[in-house]
Amino acid sequence: MKIDTTPEVSGMGHSMKRKEDPRFIRGKGNYVDDIQLPGMLYMDIVRSPFAHAKIKSINTEKALKIPGVLAVITGETLAKYNLHWMPTLMSDTQMVLPVEKVVYQSQEVAAVIATSRYIAADGVDAVEVDYEPLPVVVDPFKALEPGATVIRTDKKDKKDNHIFHWEVGDRAATEKAFAEAEVVVKQDCYIPRIHVASIETCGCIADFDRVNGKLTVYMTTQAPHAIRTVFALVAGHVGLSEERIRIISPDIGGGFGGKVPVYPGYVIATAASVVIGKPIKWIEDRMENLQADSFARDYWMKAELAAKKDGTITALRIKTLADHGCADAAANPSKFPAGLFSICTGSYDIKHAFAEVDGAYTNKPPGGVAYRCSFRVTEAVHMIERVTDILAQQLKMDPAELRLKNFIPKEKFPYQSALGWEYDSGDYARALKLAMERIGYPALRKEQAEKRARGELMGIGISSFTEIVGAGPSKHFDILGIKMFDSAEIRIHPTGKAIARFGTKSQGQGHETTYAQIIAEELGIPASAVQIEEGDTDTAPYGLGTYASRSTPTAGAAGAMAARKIREKAKKIAAHLLEVSPEDLVWETGKFSVRGAPQRSKTIQEIAFAAYTNHPQGMEAGLEAVCYYDPPNLTFPFGSYICVVDIDRGTGQVKIRRFMAVDDCGNIINPMIVDGQIHGGLSMGMAPALMEEISYDENGNVQGGSFMDYLVPTAMETPSWETDKTVTPSPHHPFGAKGVGESATVGAPPAIVNAVVDALSHLGVTHVEIPMTPERVWRILKEKGVAE
Amino acid sequence: MAMHTIKLTVNGEPHEATVESRLLLVHLLRENLRLTGTHIGCDTTHCGACTILFDGQPVKSCTVLAVQADGRQLITVEGLEKDNKLSAIQDGFYQEHGLQCGYCTPGMMITGTALLERNNSPSELEIREAISGNLCRCTGYVNIVKAIQHAARATKQETP
Repeated sequence: MKIDTTPEVSGMGHSMKRKEDPRFIRGKGNYVDDIQLPGMLYMDIVRSPFAHAKIKSINTEKALKIPGVLAVITGETLAKYNLHWMPTLMSDTQMVLPVEKVVYQSQEVAAVIATSRYIAADGVDAVEVDYEPLPVVVDPFKALEPGATVIRTDKKDKKDNHIFHWEVGDRAATEKAFAEAEVVVKQDCYIPRIHVASIETCGCIADFDRVNGKLTVYMTTQAPHAIRTVFALVAGHVGLSEERIRIISPDIGGGFGGKVPVYPGYVIATAASVVIGKPIKWIEDRMENLQADSFARDYWMKAELAAKKDGTITALRIKTLADHGCADAAANPSKFPAGLFSICTGSYDIKHAFAEVDGAYTNKPPGGVAYRCSFRVTEAVHMIERVTDILAQQLKMDPAELRLKNFIPKEKFPYQSALGWEYDSGDYARALKLAMERIGYPALRKEQAEKRARGELMGIGISSFTEIVGAGPSKHFDILGIKMFDSAEIRIHPTGKAIARFGTKSQGQGHETTYAQIIAEELGIPASAVQIEEGDTDTAPYGLGTYASRSTPTAGAAGAMAARKIREKAKKIAAHLLEVSPEDLVWETGKFSVRGAPQRSKTIQEIAFAAYTNHPQGMEAGLEAVCYYDPPNLTFPFGSYICVVDIDRGTGQVKIRRFMAVDDCGNIINPMIVDGQIHGGLSMGMAPALMEEISYDENGNVQGGSFMDYLVPTAMETPSWETDKTVTPSPHHPFGAKGVGESATVGAPPAIVNAVVDALSHLGVTHVEIPMTPERVWRILKEKGVAE
Repeated sequence: MAMHTIKLTVNGEPHEATVESRLLLVHLLRENLRLTGTHIGCDTTHCGACTILFDGQPVKSCTVLAVQADGRQLITVEGLEKDNKLSAIQDGFYQEHGLQCGYCTPGMMITGTALLERNNSPSELEIREAISGNLCRCTGYVNIVKAIQHAARATKQETP
């Protein structure tokens, strides 16, 4: 990629040091729990020990006697204002506080407001709740059986636990292709429930100003504008009008999708602040975060792949059951109940495909948010990358060779997939070949053969994924009806410096740096002189927020387009200053000069000053622009990963010895930041592959509800990731970029599973479910007579 | 609830506080002294976001009572910078992109500081072992390791 600006300007392609870091390395970040407002009260939440139970009574008497406890809020309190239910982002409903029954363990039952967090916790202990346990539904297959206990009895006409059926593709043509197939492979695969577990939990401070009727909520949210609108829609009937709601998302300690939903705690704290008239802080502890916040995955998939004997894939069929817990709380675009699962044909030129997904309610917390991935893409990629390997195994072909044979050839882009997507650009073979070269693939195969002969277990796994990120376009994508565009507003100051505000919200991605670099690239103003702000709905333009790798594809594009509007006006001012016609001017970074007379020029700084001091007659003063960018298509980043594992024969422990990740996210704004994103994404891909799972026992008790049991990788389990890249620009994005923050989380798990299966393939193993814990692998080794 | 008056030194400054027996040290630092750089990420001493130096030792301040800090010398992230000069660890994190969301960063830097005080040329494995009680979700640890290596090099240059 060509770099057009100097390091002083630091436009696209510079590994500029991050502008947000000086405050973070001094401990001067400003996270929600760091904010203390005068007179602030604290909220803590009473939670249900049962997964499904009738609430017979809630006795708040003892709690209210504790000095410092000011109020106990129950479902009855909220019901008076009709605030005890709220919509989910998928237009389902979810309880804020229950009136009749609880539907998952750790569900919010009541909230205590007190003068300190310790007294609030004392109050929680003193609230007495009388429950009558109800039958619990944990297994989504059993949930759909006739006669199963109906969980959502609040829905008048609901007689079962089925949420939705969704299907895509040509069923008949796919069936025909399967009937004619020379080879068919099948695999069932479960992607367990996992939790993003950002190191900062969720929380808020709701501050209702009674005099002005203005509500300010400081909140751990990835989508502050959407939250404001949801609040206005939910609480409009009690007088909260959108212009009097201000959501401020300060520094966020990791989001990964878990900070997209509206959680009951936010709503209860807000209601309490409105009633009491004081600021109220609610901060989850880690156990509440893991046990009650929205979860990701929980997909039960059955996939079949049809192929010719030479390895040409002809058709794909997938049937999935999605466990959504007690509410469909996915943060998917509204027309896509299974998200973008239809990317499941992956990187391959598959003529016929059919996919169907059914959603089921169970007695678990609301499910279906992302875990650092664009809507359901991880599940889709896991399945296609698994069955591709199983096909290679069955045909005794090298998995790299099978992939190279089936990749969508680069000449076919833009490519129309069987399930309806138009892939923007790609060169899949190049990425895989680079990964193979970088890791030394032939030598590894040789080493593996030698080790296998000695009885050692070594495996090499490949994953060649294609992601789909950057929603809109708005004609297809909306959340609760709000179209998925995003926005930027840039103001150039008279001295040639700038401030720019965006509708997204960084949670560590480094927007303060990369957005400044985009503007630097477009206008030649040094990135260091461009201040970026996000997350305050009173000042930033409206946008849908940061998740699903959409910031660069949407808001980043808006930043470039707004800068180009500014450049157009700057050109007219320059023409005025130089007394030439605008057509006679040429732009090179940071200045307009007269064609053929380059010594006659005006810098952007001179033009900015003139915009306020000497602008042409008939032109408005000032130099600023706004863009609401509606992308014409999504972007399709891709990559090829190769993982090398060694497995301990005695313990079943899987050790990742090497992991080579070649990513292609189009043109790159800041290579240092992209590399960092990939490192983090790989770790969050390894985590569910080897360690993380939140499961439930038959009574709906959560297993893995604290960091004692939910194993987040430390530096010891995490290998030293190796990265490289190819650059295939997006043809439709203003500066050719694609989203990247989640590629590695999507691409890594199947590479690791494929490596483990490869290590065990000579024993007849064709599949291993995740997480591939030592115990799970040891049981396989034991069954195969390898382990003691 | 019994109250106790304690005296402690934080980042070189003496403080006196009257606290409940049950007050956690991390809450004393964050809420009473308003040193909010020390973060809270779990309730079980796993994540390390609250790590501080307690008489020179890295300690997770979410599982220490404030009263236990009576008479002790504490260093928090706010105390790493001296005379407007970043410490070697802080500069290492900045130069090597050792942070993203910044939430685990103070704890990581404190643990890194303690490591370099006892071992100024740690191996990669020694660094990984040292920070294995500090969780990070963003960086995959690669650049945190590099940041501590960067700081180790800088420290050795300063004190050969």
